[in-house]
Amino acid sequence: MILSLNWLKDFVDVTDVDVKKFCDDMTHTGSKVEQFELLGEEIQNVKVGLIEKIEQHPDAERLVICQVNAGEKTIQIVTAAKNVFEGALVPVCYCPDGEKRVAKLAGGMEIKTGKLRGVLSEGMFCSIAELGLDLHDMPGAPTDGILILNDIVECKPGDDICDVLKMRDTAVEFEITPNRPDCLSVIGLAREAAVTFDRNLTIPAPVIKGAGGDLRDYVSVSIESDKCSRYCAKVVKNVKIAPSPLWMRMRLRAAGVRPINNIVDITNYVMIEYGQPMHAFDYACLDGSHITVRTAEDGEIFKTLDNTDRTLSSDMLVIADSKKPVGIAGVMGGANSEIKDDTATVVFESACFDGASVRITAKKLGMRTESSSRFEKGLDCENCMGAVERACQLVELLGAGEVVGGTIDVYPVKKPLATVAFEPEKINRFLGIFLSPDEMKKTLEKLEFKVEGSVITVPSFRDDVRCMNDVAEEVVRIYGYNNIASSSIVASMTQGGMSDSRVFREEMSDLLCGLGLNEIYSFSFIPARLYTKCGMAEDDVRRKSVEIANPFGEDTKTMRTTSIPSMLEVLDLNSSRNAKSASLYEMAKVFIPRENVVTNIHGLEGTLPDERIKISIGFYGAGDFFRMKGICEEILKKAGIKTAKYVANQSDPTFHPGRCADIVLGDTVLGTFGELHPVVAENYTFSCPVYVAELDLALIFENSSLEKEYTPLPKFPAVTRDFSLVCDEETEVGTLEETMRMGGVKILENITLFDVYRGSQLPTGKKSVSFSVTLRSPDHTLTVEEADKATKKILGALEHNLGVTIRS
Amino acid sequence: MKELLEKIWQSALAAIESGNDAESLRIRFLGKKGELTAVLRGMGALSPEERPKMGQLVNEMREKIENAIAEKAAKEKEEALKNKLLSEKIDVTLPGNDLSVGHRHPIAETEKMMRDIFIGMGFSVVEGPEVEYDYYNFEALNLPKNHPARDTQDTFYITDNILLRSQTSPVQVRAMENSKPPIRIISPGRVYRADPADATHSPIFHQCEGLVVDKGITMGDLKGVLELFAKKMFGEDTRIRFRPHHFPFTEPSAEVDVSCWECGGKGCRLCKGEGWIEILGAGMVHPFVLSNCGIDPNVYSGFAFGMGIERVALCRFGIDDLRLLYENDVRFLEQF
Repeated sequence: MILSLNWLKDFVDVTDVDVKKFCDDMTHTGSKVEQFELLGEEIQNVKVGLIEKIEQHPDAERLVICQVNAGEKTIQIVTAAKNVFEGALVPVCYCPDGEKRVAKLAGGMEIKTGKLRGVLSEGMFCSIAELGLDLHDMPGAPTDGILILNDIVECKPGDDICDVLKMRDTAVEFEITPNRPDCLSVIGLAREAAVTFDRNLTIPAPVIKGAGGDLRDYVSVSIESDKCSRYCAKVVKNVKIAPSPLWMRMRLRAAGVRPINNIVDITNYVMIEYGQPMHAFDYACLDGSHITVRTAEDGEIFKTLDNTDRTLSSDMLVIADSKKPVGIAGVMGGANSEIKDDTATVVFESACFDGASVRITAKKLGMRTESSSRFEKGLDCENCMGAVERACQLVELLGAGEVVGGTIDVYPVKKPLATVAFEPEKINRFLGIFLSPDEMKKTLEKLEFKVEGSVITVPSFRDDVRCMNDVAEEVVRIYGYNNIASSSIVASMTQGGMSDSRVFREEMSDLLCGLGLNEIYSFSFIPARLYTKCGMAEDDVRRKSVEIANPFGEDTKTMRTTSIPSMLEVLDLNSSRNAKSASLYEMAKVFIPRENVVTNIHGLEGTLPDERIKISIGFYGAGDFFRMKGICEEILKKAGIKTAKYVANQSDPTFHPGRCADIVLGDTVLGTFGELHPVVAENYTFSCPVYVAELDLALIFENSSLEKEYTPLPKFPAVTRDFSLVCDEETEVGTLEETMRMGGVKILENITLFDVYRGSQLPTGKKSVSFSVTLRSPDHTLTVEEADKATKKILGALEHNLGVTIRS
Repeated sequence: MKELLEKIWQSALAAIESGNDAESLRIRFLGKKGELTAVLRGMGALSPEERPKMGQLVNEMREKIENAIAEKAAKEKEEALKNKLLSEKIDVTLPGNDLSVGHRHPIAETEKMMRDIFIGMGFSVVEGPEVEYDYYNFEALNLPKNHPARDTQDTFYITDNILLRSQTSPVQVRAMENSKPPIRIISPGRVYRADPADATHSPIFHQCEGLVVDKGITMGDLKGVLELFAKKMFGEDTRIRFRPHHFPFTEPSAEVDVSCWECGGKGCRLCKGEGWIEILGAGMVHPFVLSNCGIDPNVYSGFAFGMGIERVALCRFGIDDLRLLYENDVRFLEQF
């Protein structure tokens, strides 16, 4: 909402308040000012000049030399303009004292004294564009010539052009919150200003002389829907369509509205002044004399004022004559009844439509208008009549037509005024302030609430006030939010903190940082093509994703089911920017669609997806498969998971089939990691192998054992035995270790791999694997015999189960 | 005899002087076959009266030589140590080993700072789903379908009644449904709005909202908590300012500015000359919201507040483009 301060002065006098203070104080009482603009400020030293004499330029056929009376002195201007004549009053831009002061035009252009073809020219005549105006602001003005003022305004040489054209104003832009549609009007803001600056508010009631007659001879109205709570109308005859006067055009311009013609301008003027959208339509276009407010028919086609065909549906409200709609209620009028230059009789409509209905209609038709955006917030029925009367008053003021006697006011159910309990003590306690009931009462009454005893009657334009909290806000915004003293909560003690799972997540993050990984944050939605890019097959179950119904483009459409595509994109970005290495992790949420199984307490339809946090890890140029495995091992160690196994995964299409492992605990796969499949890697810019991992945080947490218990330090020495085994290339080291443990040797403390050898000394297809085995008893020093016996048992298990023997 | 001792002493001194090592000196002069031992052996030829005297002299000399040799040995050791240390000298300006500790993301850093402050004030951290029912994101928060205030948040929808949460407030609704007052929670988390990404907007960002519900909670308490938070977060001299505003789920509602930590409120580039930076939205929980969640507004009152984590992160770290946070260039990440 842009407010013209000139306009505001019609209702409240704040002329002595500095603009900055006006804006600050209004903001602090609840009408937030976004910015203000001093209109006419950028135009400097443009005066009215009277052209007294015109001579031909001696050296230029197209130029003339004008002697111009500019008030304080006569100056000489050389111009190429063709529409100047002796006796013309024109805007002239010049520096009154030569070079000292600068003359400026709209857009910041500066004008100085100069010579044109050898002849002194002390300034420049202005066209409307140079004053920042267009044909809507100055109808009939020449666009390719100088603005001639003689027939437009009364003025004399030396007058300031901004004053003459009423361009000087201050436009203050407010951010009005949706609960205060009453403030989308000059009167509403005047009311706020009057309270803020403790001034008197004067809202004169419109006075109409009237031209007699009875508008019932012209039109009648009936409402056939409960979505229209009131419909007021007046008829104006003998209309003369013309531009509206300069003052009205300039006020509309300051408010950001483009002037059209007197009737249309009046509807806009009233909308801005009263906050009540108005509609004017040409009486001649009505079929019959009866107007009905009814719901549209499904599929009904209707051409709106903007010349677009709209397909209506039965949940939309239209204003119709006996045969056709003439307007979509609260949204836009129809092309069929538009005010034209030859319109002779006008019907003014000032009605109140249901907010939600207007909102749905406007949204469905994709046409949010100034009118609909006001109606959807819920307007005051009581405002309709004043607005239409104001429009008629303006018609008479402008001489735009004759107002037919009588009024149409269809108002089926007058809405009673709401009441709220007046509870000053409760308000004080709630806000933590100490205001007397009288002070509160005074504030509320200035805001036009009626306070009688313990009952507050809410004015009709304040539908937003419904309970104690609302009243408290009214009181405190005028008292000053910043006058509330800060206090400490006096209440029950609470123990702050995080859930165990959240603490675990933070600890995991710290661990991963400690292992040299940088944390990333990536978007939770991805373009579906990234599934293909990371190698997923067309029928991969992970492609079944939660999809956004109203995305803007593919990139924000698919909620990811895996964190790997995001990680690869980030690694790729760094690689493409020539980072030699990158080591990254993310606590990445993924969204797995769920069947309709979960019930909720409100019986809400639909099932929310399973949201899981994945530990996503990726790196390149900084280690190999075993760095990744080391990281995974540290994660499990941190979680106290001791029995997980690493099982080769040869089927995940994202990974190298020979360099990928699942982390398996019992029947549960905790995660997968490995080297990116070389074919997949070709989809990116990588120049070295890339390793990625995805582990399920919740599964790890569920299986974690975080309790720590002290194991006494060993009191007796250990015995170590080293041996090398020869086995088939396919035999995994993990299997060998597992088999050794199967030997049932209680004193087996630890098995450490220290070498894997392949070479000419061995038969083809065989490898040698060397282990160091630590044996220890908790209660005595082992004898050589005991150690030998244990070793034999271990080797026996290997031979018996795998046929693996010691290397000779 | 005396002369002989004197001669030995002199030759010992000369030997020490000439740089023989301590051990060989000890052997030569004090050892079993050493020169002094030889003197002692020759004492048999002396008279019984002279013997003790001479013995004493020899012992004195032994001590003298021993001391001299020990002194020599100490010097040698010192010298050796000095040489060793000298040879072990390193160029301390050489770079340290690259241990490559990773960095938390600036959003995580900022969230942690906020979390720690509120945990210190007795707040619990709660989380909730990001794909959420319309009911929790809007309806329970006094924003029925077709409420015009829904337009202020462009929302991504999955179905008609499931959406990507546009605020973390649904977590508060769930918390109020699931627990009885006293409630003192914050709900940091990820939210979604259909805003295309630019330097100051992102379709995904993070909020940290807070909620307190108990008997006798006042708007003064809200100011108290936020003032304390602002001082801890932005520095002890920070002041806060409330401006009336409207949120459907709080009444009264306020936008909260903190005094600019860069200029202290005088006005600078960071605060665009205002002296204040808008950080928070806050207000007293709307009684309709309390009753929607099964809490009697006649018995309990409460306040809620919320802020954008990215906004605070950008201001605090002087980052001029929000998109950098989601781009994850390692040169960016390693600065935090």
